[in-house]
Amino acid sequence: MNKNKVIIYDVSLRDGSHAISHQLTKEQISKYAQASEKANLYAIEVGHGNGIAASSLLVGQSKLSDEAMLRTAKENLENTKLGIHIIPGFATINNDLKKAINIGVDIFRVASHCTEADTTQRHIEFIRNSGKEVYGLLMSSHMTTPDILLEEAIKMQTYGAESIIILDSAGSYLPHDIQERITLLSQNLKVPVGFHGHNNLGLAIANSLIALDSGAKIIDASIKGFGAGAGNTQLEVLVGLLTKYDYETNIDLYSVLDLASLADKLLLKEAITISPLSVVSGLSKVFSGFSKHIQRISTKYDVDARDVFFELGRQKVIAGQEDKIIDVAIKLSKQKGH
Amino acid sequence: MQKLKVCILGTGNIGTDLLIKILRSKYLECTLFVGRNLNSKGMSKALSLGVPLSDKGIDAIIENPDYCDLVFDATSASSHFDHAPVLENLGKIAIDMTPAKIGSFSVPSVNIKDSLKHTNLNMITCGGQASIPMAYAISQVINDIKYIEVVSTISSKSAGPGTRINIDEYIETTQKALSDFSKCDNVKTIINLNPALPSIDMHTTIYIQTDNPDMKVVEASVDVMLKKTREYVPEYDIIVGPEYDNGIIVLTVRVRGMGDYLPKFAGNLDIINCAAIAVAEEFAKNRNTDS
Repeated sequence: MNKNKVIIYDVSLRDGSHAISHQLTKEQISKYAQASEKANLYAIEVGHGNGIAASSLLVGQSKLSDEAMLRTAKENLENTKLGIHIIPGFATINNDLKKAINIGVDIFRVASHCTEADTTQRHIEFIRNSGKEVYGLLMSSHMTTPDILLEEAIKMQTYGAESIIILDSAGSYLPHDIQERITLLSQNLKVPVGFHGHNNLGLAIANSLIALDSGAKIIDASIKGFGAGAGNTQLEVLVGLLTKYDYETNIDLYSVLDLASLADKLLLKEAITISPLSVVSGLSKVFSGFSKHIQRISTKYDVDARDVFFELGRQKVIAGQEDKIIDVAIKLSKQKGH
Repeated sequence: MQKLKVCILGTGNIGTDLLIKILRSKYLECTLFVGRNLNSKGMSKALSLGVPLSDKGIDAIIENPDYCDLVFDATSASSHFDHAPVLENLGKIAIDMTPAKIGSFSVPSVNIKDSLKHTNLNMITCGGQASIPMAYAISQVINDIKYIEVVSTISSKSAGPGTRINIDEYIETTQKALSDFSKCDNVKTIINLNPALPSIDMHTTIYIQTDNPDMKVVEASVDVMLKKTREYVPEYDIIVGPEYDNGIIVLTVRVRGMGDYLPKFAGNLDIINCAAIAVAEEFAKNRNTDS
């Protein structure tokens, strides 16, 4: 029997950075990389939660430099590929991409907000011309219509992206949203389509399965769900679940379960759960990465973090606009008469 | 008083908006509006305003060297590399609106007097024009700045193809200028494009890492700079801060444009034009006192 091949792309050491305020250590990276080799993972993504060159006061400063994180990972990988997340507007070709190529990064995932694909053109072209594997990522893909999403995906494909991933950055998609978008994209693109889920409304696994059934070939997942906010599609659960379906991940079940046990001790300060605030992130459709910042600032200004989330959602803020949190918190605080 | 004669090279959004601002100026007169295509939107607008036109590009200035003393170059960085030496040879002052970075960086509220000593001035970027006045004002009163970060968000509609393709140059140029003006080597710039409708105003947040600042002194310095900048960008407002929290001074600026040729939300395009006009007017005033 020929099963459908699926690439499970592990974002734990990138999206998970959000969960620990970007404080990954060399020990965590090297041990996780070694264990991911053992589990025969296709690729692991490593870095700051918002990708290379994102360490900043805006979204949080990394403990280690990008270079230290990537070198540590690379030294411990052989068959499993090393990937990075790149957002033009944070990272530049001269400063960051050339460095990453030298370090030996294998997969470059160039991301933009779902309607701004043309900011990725030069970065995608540069990577493609360097002979490396390049994906195009459309972040917060829930913030536009399926038709526009397709147009933007086609732009990235034209620039040279070899796969297109749509991200459910706020974990706000309902199953039929995924079905509609993945079907549309996989029917109209020449390159494989992938899905990156978040679990704010408890649907990450279900949505990932629906994405596969709708034609997706790549699923992003995180060990123990280790990711921003309510976390991502839980990797070991997905691998286990897919043994019940016609999908082949090439991942050894016991090794990936061992990886989850290791991650428990190695990575997770606390279990990734759907916190009340994550539910609000999903409902307000604001990027999960905002959670920790909103919590801190809301406490400082004595306002309800849920109100801050909903107001930011109303203003349609996007990832990278974390500086709006303080503005909104001050306004809400004034309304309260502080 | 004799107005300073200026030409505009480039008839896109920036060039056309500059034209409208010049027509209102007491100190400047646009003697030639130069592009490549007489049918462009900008050209039609200029024609309707009765401004002399040419479609000969830089040749229009070479052939008529007496038409102007100052040229706004609103073409592209690669074109400005060609134009700069030509304008220099003709003895024209060049105000470069592109990210070519050949000339000296100019931020009117910070270094307008110094700008008059140069013949080629670069107007940096929108984020640079929005953030540098504040970063400079704070750097004047704080000695131990460890790090400066500038985050700008502009509306998608205000970001044309040039801005999008040059997003790396935007970062590099803004960082370079920020570093030069604040004398801080450790700087970072981030830019976001937000597609929300109705379009959002430009926002720029400045983070400055420093220990124990005297916030009264910081506020006073920022206040003086705010007034100076508002002289040429009337809707340049501080909407957050300066606040000091966790070792960091935070300040957010909102920039709304004047709504001339470009919509008001495009404060990012307006601020760079307002800055360029302020510098050109200073040249005009200075020349009048000299003569």
